[in-house]
Amino acid sequence: MQTEAHYQGAPILDVDPFSTEFLTDPYPFHEQLREAGPVVWIPKYKVWAMARYEEVRHVLDDWETFCSSAGGGLSNFNQEKPWRPPSIILEADPPMHNRTRGVLAPLLNRAALNKLREGFDEKAKLLVDSALARQEVDGVKDIAEVFPLQVFPDAVGLQKEGRENLLPYANMAFNAFGPRNELFEEAFKEAEKVTDWIMNQCRREALSEDGFGAQIYAAADAGEISEQEAGMLVRSLLTAGLDTTMYGITSALYSFASFPEQWSLIRENPALLRPAFEEVVRFQSPVQTFFRTTTCKTQVAGVPIDADQKVLLFLGAANRDPRRWEAPDTFDVRRRAVGHVGFGHGIHVCVGQMVARLEAESVLTELVKRVERIELNGEPVRRLNNTLRGLSSLPLKLYAAD
Amino acid sequence: MPIVTFLNSDGSAHNVDAPAGSSLMEAAVDNLIPGILAECGGACACATCHCYVDEQWLGKVAVAGEEENQLLSAVLDQRSNSRLSCQINLSEELDGLVVHLPESQY
Repeated sequence: MQTEAHYQGAPILDVDPFSTEFLTDPYPFHEQLREAGPVVWIPKYKVWAMARYEEVRHVLDDWETFCSSAGGGLSNFNQEKPWRPPSIILEADPPMHNRTRGVLAPLLNRAALNKLREGFDEKAKLLVDSALARQEVDGVKDIAEVFPLQVFPDAVGLQKEGRENLLPYANMAFNAFGPRNELFEEAFKEAEKVTDWIMNQCRREALSEDGFGAQIYAAADAGEISEQEAGMLVRSLLTAGLDTTMYGITSALYSFASFPEQWSLIRENPALLRPAFEEVVRFQSPVQTFFRTTTCKTQVAGVPIDADQKVLLFLGAANRDPRRWEAPDTFDVRRRAVGHVGFGHGIHVCVGQMVARLEAESVLTELVKRVERIELNGEPVRRLNNTLRGLSSLPLKLYAAD
Repeated sequence: MPIVTFLNSDGSAHNVDAPAGSSLMEAAVDNLIPGILAECGGACACATCHCYVDEQWLGKVAVAGEEENQLLSAVLDQRSNSRLSCQINLSEELDGLVVHLPESQY
């Protein structure tokens, strides 16, 4: 692992961003990528990589040069058959993207979500009741995985049976943005069964009459999208809406258990809670990477890049770029963390970001009210994924406030 | 570059030189104006960049679209001159624009 030579004027870095070593502790690699240069060539996958904030933002802004329709992962859809029909929102460019995003965005903004808030808060209260009764809990299995599974499938309007398929499906989708490594193969072991269930749930008949799913089909009735596209957008919600929020809540609990003085700051001033979640997303970056593909010959920071090249963007590294952030490796809830690229940026910025925020806010508000201290109660266990960074276990001890 | 004045609810004023073509929200965030949070970064999703356009400037600022109006219904203390600053694009014609900031975004 060293800078050996240059390729088209950019440093060559012989790293594997999807190896166990890298995914277990990405930070030294991130630093190496950032410091090597604004654009780096990774020979193992023949991709261009960017890890500095400025270049990452620039590429996400310039969707005409750096498109999404050739896939958001390593696989180039211009050259390889995708593992599933491409997403019509994530893996689409304008004008199609504008049409599909135009259907989802108004369902998922803060105003639209306000009607869900009371239900979220009630569920959060019960969850904290039960966690406090036990005192010793697993932050992942007892809180971060439980809460989204209680609220999100209901919000979409899914039937109760078979919801356990949602997690392996999301795990497949996010691993599939990487190479066909062991993580990929392991995730795809029961692919057929899981995919069949998911596709079945995306049908109009399978959905309740009052959830996001029904609202998406209403857009089909209104002629904004086709019936088939409606099913594809429901699939997008089910792929992107659950795992990510679990990783987000896990990240928050892990951060506050690791930095108890930051929890105390929020306890003293609950107005810090929403900005604090932005800092969690910046600091932990549950979604670590995304790819774009060049549509034409271009240049970034003086490095010429050919057409039809894959570009790997390190969101997590950009969120800790010292060129943009003061003391980037310090978790500080008083920081103005807005502007991080943890939800992406530009036209493809996470359309469900307000769902993620609302879920986190519901859980954390209840915890802030009632829990004085969150303590690590054992060694957290990392869960490796080609895109997501999170834990499979987070032993915690909760100390109730008086 | 258009100059924009942000007036805080406590009466303090911030004058900002903002490049034409950027949004009013970006002008605020780039200059660390307190009171504009802009959680979603300009995706018209969060309603945390709420501001009140000074009455004198209402006629010069393009009107709000459907999604912005939907979101404005969710802000605290909505008024007839309420706008989301991420949806206001700055141009030379808006040189001198004055906006008032709400006491709180949520």
